[in-house]
Amino acid sequence: MTAAEPGRADGPAAGAPPEDAEHRPPPAGPLGNAVAAAAVAALGIAGIAGSVPLGLGSAAEPSAGTWPFLVSTAITCLGIALAVRARQTRDAEAFSSASWRVVFGLASMVGFVAVIGVVGFEIPALLLSVCWLRFLGRESWRLSLLTSAGIVVAFYLVFVGVLAVPIPHLF
Amino acid sequence: MDSLAPMLDGFGVVLEPTNLVYCLIGVVIGMLVGVLPGLGPAATIAILLPLTFGIEPVTAIIMLAGIFYGAQYGGTITSVLLRLPGEASTVVTVFDGNALARQGRAGTALGVAAIGSFIGGTVSIVALSVLAPVVAGFALDFGPPEYTALALLGILLVATVSNGGRVKALVAACLGLLLATVGRDTFTGAERFTFDSLALADGIDFVPIAMGVFGLGEILYNLEERRRAAAPAKVADVWPSRKDLRQSAGAIGRGSVLGFFLGILPGGGAVLSSLAAYALEKRRSKTPERFGKGAIEGVAAPESANNAASTSSFIPLLTLGIPANATMAMIFGALLIQGVTPGPQLVSEDPELFWGVVNSMYIGNILLLIMSIPLVGLFVKILQVPASILAPITVLITLVGVFTIRNSAFDIALVIVFGLVGYLMKKYGFDPGPLVLAFVLGSLLETSLRQSLLLFGGDVTGFATRPISGTLLALLAAVILVPVVRGLLRSRRREPERVAERTDA
Repeated sequence: MTAAEPGRADGPAAGAPPEDAEHRPPPAGPLGNAVAAAAVAALGIAGIAGSVPLGLGSAAEPSAGTWPFLVSTAITCLGIALAVRARQTRDAEAFSSASWRVVFGLASMVGFVAVIGVVGFEIPALLLSVCWLRFLGRESWRLSLLTSAGIVVAFYLVFVGVLAVPIPHLF
Repeated sequence: MDSLAPMLDGFGVVLEPTNLVYCLIGVVIGMLVGVLPGLGPAATIAILLPLTFGIEPVTAIIMLAGIFYGAQYGGTITSVLLRLPGEASTVVTVFDGNALARQGRAGTALGVAAIGSFIGGTVSIVALSVLAPVVAGFALDFGPPEYTALALLGILLVATVSNGGRVKALVAACLGLLLATVGRDTFTGAERFTFDSLALADGIDFVPIAMGVFGLGEILYNLEERRRAAAPAKVADVWPSRKDLRQSAGAIGRGSVLGFFLGILPGGGAVLSSLAAYALEKRRSKTPERFGKGAIEGVAAPESANNAASTSSFIPLLTLGIPANATMAMIFGALLIQGVTPGPQLVSEDPELFWGVVNSMYIGNILLLIMSIPLVGLFVKILQVPASILAPITVLITLVGVFTIRNSAFDIALVIVFGLVGYLMKKYGFDPGPLVLAFVLGSLLETSLRQSLLLFGGDVTGFATRPISGTLLALLAAVILVPVVRGLLRSRRREPERVAERTDA
């Protein structure tokens, strides 16, 4: 049944032999799926709580809270539906030790945005690039430093030189 | 035919050197992202959105459209050579395309795919030129109730056919709708979900959401050691023989027509049509056992179909203002940013833009045909650039790019937050496509729903009694009910199926 499996945009082909399949983390267990479902339901409830003070209005006179309330209610119901089916869910992935790479990647971006207003974009961009190349990409120090320097120079020329974007910069 | 003049003027727009250059840039970028597995056209358009601000609307959309259909050409290359679909819409090409490559006929497969793509795309542009003004004329009478029904139907259809579970896709869509409500309510002026933040008072911008969930989310997801084995097959003799062409002619024709019609449907688009075209060829064939073992029709049909569909999916966007899929949602966003509201009035009020974009696709397809046959070798080389080098560049383009839109560091923070959201969604099997689509349609849907309710004095049955909105709602009910009924029927014979699934796995 290929027609029922459109495949993920980045995933392996449905029916590809195992030697070509990419290395994927193991599927999430019932607990992970239940947590995801609970998060969805909680979001819906938070949405409902946020809509009520805005005024629910009526069908004849919808108010600011009417639509968010309807949408949040739908989210809550869908979250409950997911929770009911948590045991049969197989399309979620578990977190693995490789997930730390994502945390590291995110942290580098948070660091970037935290200091960009203070020291300009050049140094944070250089550091972010070196981190990604050296630690996430496992490239050599030499290649990491040279490539990163090249990237920063190119960005400076394009965004500051050509486009004259008022991004905070040192030079 | 007084409609012919603006169409011909459109060619004048396309042939302006700037537009030609941007068309070329678009299709080259499209082909590149098609070749590189990982970033899809939607993510690429998201990342490049900030760069389109400085240029004319028609030029910007010509380039972005080129990225979209160019990716359909590029995705084929990796499907055939590496058995890795560069794009979701080239997944089925893997079966026969790679089988052909293993028989040393990679060139033939790529050549037929390029020719099929070109014919599919061109047929679809011609049909679009005829059909779009008709649809737009019809839609001019649409009022708020019709738009409510149309937007609901569009979101629901996208959620139904998206990758992954239906419930999860609906969650993503509702999340998009909820995010669209953030900011000042246009009717009452009440601040909604702004948490007293000044930065959120005007609502969340489309760009950080799209760049976050598509761009950063994708990159973060790929950080988790999803390595690909790269051992491209050798490419020789790209020109297909006359026999190959004769064998695939029928498949190309059928694929083009099927792709065109499926592309118009909301949620249809390239992925669905390539699957359907492959299934159709296999069913029609007198020798279905050849499929999967190197049948040239198995490459020709889906490749023609996905290109035809990617072209025809512009119809709902340019005539109704309803994007049919996630990539169209990105182009919708780009148009809004440029101050152009896509809708039925676009053909008559902004013919230069409409026909300029439509006609640029002829040029784009010709460029792609020219590039894909002789330059296949070059694109294969590009595959050897490691993802580890591309990732930091993409991240920095995203972070710096999102800043340039409103010159706001807050938007950089926002894009990181949505990057995390996009990563978690992918991790847990929620397709981010419906989120972005629903976010784009969110304010249209809410506004037209509230206007309709005011119009009907609160009588909800008003939707059903108007002919067009009634028909659309009936369709909507069918979309909801058919899977439910099928699910019930299936659960009756669940046991035998479970056994079958286990043997499949």
